[in-house]
Amino acid sequence: MKLRAFTPKITDKPSHLPALGAAVLLSLSVAPSWAQDAEAEAHAGHGASAKTMEEMNHGAVSHDAMSMEMDMNMDDMSTMDRNGEMAPGMTHEGAALEKKDDMTDRGAMSMQGGAAPLDARDPHAYSGGHDFGPFPLRLADRHNFGALLVDRLEAVRADDDDFVAYDLQARYGRDYDRLVLKAEGDVSDGALEEGSTQLLWGHAVAPFWDTQLGLRYDTGEAPDQGWLAFGIQGLAPYWFEVDAAAYVGAAGRGAVSVEAEYELLLTQNLILQPHVEMTAYAKDDGERGLGSGLSDVVLGLRLRYEIRREFAPYIGMEWVGTYGGSADYARAAGKNTDEMRVVAGLRFWF
Amino acid sequence: MKRPSHPALVLPNLPRRRFLQGLAAGGVLAGLAPLLKPARAQAAAAAASGYAPELRGTEFDLTIAESRVNFTGAPCIATTVNGSLPAPTLRWREGDTVTIRVTNRLREDTSIHWHGMILPSQMDGVPGISFKGIAPGETFTYRFKVAQSGTYWYHSHSGMQEQTGLFGAIIIDPAAGAARRAERDYVVQLSDWTDEDPMRIFAKLKAQSDYYNFNQPTAGNFFRDVSQDGLTAAMAKRRMWNQMRMNPTDLADISAYTYTYLTNGTTPAGNWTGLFKPGERVRLRFINGSAMTFFDVRIPGLKMTVVQNDGVDVEPVTVDEMRIGVAETYDVIVEPQDEVYTIFAQSMDRSGYARGTLAVREGMTAGVPALDAPEPLSMGDMMGAMGGGMAAMPHGGDGAMAMDHGAHAMGATTVRVRHATTEYGPSVDMRVDTPRANLDDPGVGLRNNGRRVLTYADLRTVGGALDPRPAEREIELHLTGNMERYTWSLDGLEFGKSTPVHFRHGERLRVILHNDTMMTHPMHLHGMWSELENAKGEFQARKHTISVQPAQRISFLVTADAPGRWAWHCHLLYHMDAGMFRQVVVA
Repeated sequence: MKLRAFTPKITDKPSHLPALGAAVLLSLSVAPSWAQDAEAEAHAGHGASAKTMEEMNHGAVSHDAMSMEMDMNMDDMSTMDRNGEMAPGMTHEGAALEKKDDMTDRGAMSMQGGAAPLDARDPHAYSGGHDFGPFPLRLADRHNFGALLVDRLEAVRADDDDFVAYDLQARYGRDYDRLVLKAEGDVSDGALEEGSTQLLWGHAVAPFWDTQLGLRYDTGEAPDQGWLAFGIQGLAPYWFEVDAAAYVGAAGRGAVSVEAEYELLLTQNLILQPHVEMTAYAKDDGERGLGSGLSDVVLGLRLRYEIRREFAPYIGMEWVGTYGGSADYARAAGKNTDEMRVVAGLRFWF
Repeated sequence: MKRPSHPALVLPNLPRRRFLQGLAAGGVLAGLAPLLKPARAQAAAAAASGYAPELRGTEFDLTIAESRVNFTGAPCIATTVNGSLPAPTLRWREGDTVTIRVTNRLREDTSIHWHGMILPSQMDGVPGISFKGIAPGETFTYRFKVAQSGTYWYHSHSGMQEQTGLFGAIIIDPAAGAARRAERDYVVQLSDWTDEDPMRIFAKLKAQSDYYNFNQPTAGNFFRDVSQDGLTAAMAKRRMWNQMRMNPTDLADISAYTYTYLTNGTTPAGNWTGLFKPGERVRLRFINGSAMTFFDVRIPGLKMTVVQNDGVDVEPVTVDEMRIGVAETYDVIVEPQDEVYTIFAQSMDRSGYARGTLAVREGMTAGVPALDAPEPLSMGDMMGAMGGGMAAMPHGGDGAMAMDHGAHAMGATTVRVRHATTEYGPSVDMRVDTPRANLDDPGVGLRNNGRRVLTYADLRTVGGALDPRPAEREIELHLTGNMERYTWSLDGLEFGKSTPVHFRHGERLRVILHNDTMMTHPMHLHGMWSELENAKGEFQARKHTISVQPAQRISFLVTADAPGRWAWHCHLLYHMDAGMFRQVVVA
């Protein structure tokens, strides 16, 4: 959810005021289905098409749908299975029958995620009603672990502006539920031009995916604004790191951002990281020079050298394109609607 | 992995820190080791190491405290027993009742677990299960009858103290008087030392589970495969791994990047040495006391005759090499004729090695072999019998045919695998539906290496099973985890979410362990023997720790004759602490 888009500070353009409903619909469908699409492509060979959240939850139960990790709460699902409230086609066997002609894919697909079949074992079946006895034993699954990743702390050279950008993520908690702090922004001449901070509850919903729910607060030269944030973050097949979120603000404001990156190991220490992000808004925001619809696209390529895993200087390039209303604002401010930037910075974590 | 092109660099991919230390330690890295005297001074510290003192008798006083050590050039604090790392070797006699007073001089709780010993549950030494642990300043008295003989070991079962040095050997002489099978008898205890705080390691793995893996597939590997095998083959080789977000080089969670591998508490440069006279028979009692490291052990130039495993005599089998899982013990007999041999124990991920020497006098060294190239996990390690050892999964009808053949070759079970309902959530990153059940696989990195490598199929306990009864009941547990999150569990449930496993007192039980992960897990059931059986259900070997390979499904029989509460867990320390752990209640 990069807000690093060069935001011309002009305020005289009226907004288009699209419906809040459209914004919410957009946000709900875009964010999760991004990851689902990736899953669907991974389980190739079945002609799975992109599915909206609605289709995923209520539509035809194809095997592809079954193996999507995204749309199901596993515990609820298995409960439903045991209670027999779900159509037979929902079971593993049913799905398998449809695809028995393709063993390879069935093998791959049934190995991860999915819903428990009707005859799945009860993991508590062997307890015989026994408890843990008089002594407490607390292992690391009950410990809280914390980490702070400063993914980007970089000097940016843009067409007519030099500034410093930061993007960090901290987390604290247990394996499946944790607090997540995300912060990013641009600092120019010692002043925060624009910054966005999110405090989220991260909750594991599938082997590689966490939902993130919380608040986002923007500060900077434009007036502060708050948002409700709903996102999903995780690892898509083929190792694409995906972070997608929808935001709902006051007065019908809405935003969607999708970000993906990949780490290409040139050597064990030299890593090339392509990166793409897109941001769209539901409504014009003249103060920030943001128009409704697709606002900006950022394509980045960073090459870092991990002196240690935790400490990696990098250099890179970034192309930023502005679209729609945002492009109009940019033009009105006498700026280009796309530009190439050079970045150099440090990635570190502990 | 980028192999070093310079053959003299016997330790590839070392961090700069260790590299420099290695040079400072006497040019071992430059291949000059044979010319130099053992640099035992390198390990000089407050803690005694190298030869653990041997304590005999029936009464023992053990004091657990912090000691200064220095294995890498950086002074560190270890957890020791009577100031020794490894802890003193305890020599007992079968039939005796031993009394061990353990005093805690640490600032945290401690405990000692007698690994593999059959004893009352309140003497088993697992805080939170068998007792409340030993508080700082407190003395706990263990007293139990020694009802077995052989090579065992003991270690802390509290926190991360096993990683920081609290482990030692137990040798129990048979009541009938040892029919001494060898003129020389040495404990060879292997371990992995780190200067890092173990909880810091844990936090790093939680943040980046491949933190310590410097053998990852790179773009260079890909282009090399393309040039050798063509683009299609190179893509096919990677397709399923990448699709599933699985790493075929995930051979060990923690590598020599942080670990220094020790033989009897001595660094490779320190070169622990056992003496012999040519023609003598030498018994080596290998104990893997490491926290996380599987070792592949061989002694170039010598055949090893395995005579005992996990304290239990086995029908002798002669091999060139063996993999020793964490917490396992193997007694071997060797008959050296030359003057000097290297005991070479490379870690399973080939990032480093522990080393010792057998020689006719102190100060001698034989050549140290280069580390083998690390071998990536196979499709069989991912998919079990369905993987069939194929390099890549073909797509479509032909693939199904090929898989059928593969399945037979790999000893496929015909059972339809039932996973637990809790294996379909975030805690489990993969499940195996077509496990392999064969025991004759030495495991990744040892297949077809030209040496005769021990497998579980070679282990045959002398005298057969203890209990002739067939199993009355079956219990099935799946070994599960999520590498990306670095969570480890059984049936998808970490210990904190689990409920105990109930064994009915007196029953004969079959336990099925089914590995849904791509790592090998040494599973240790406390208090009772695990009688391993082969895929046909025939008794194989009596063990206290059974390594279950990736995508493998094994079974063992238990006689639940030990009432009380017992621990049952993966003996990889960080897996155990992550929650790959159950309490067993025998009642």
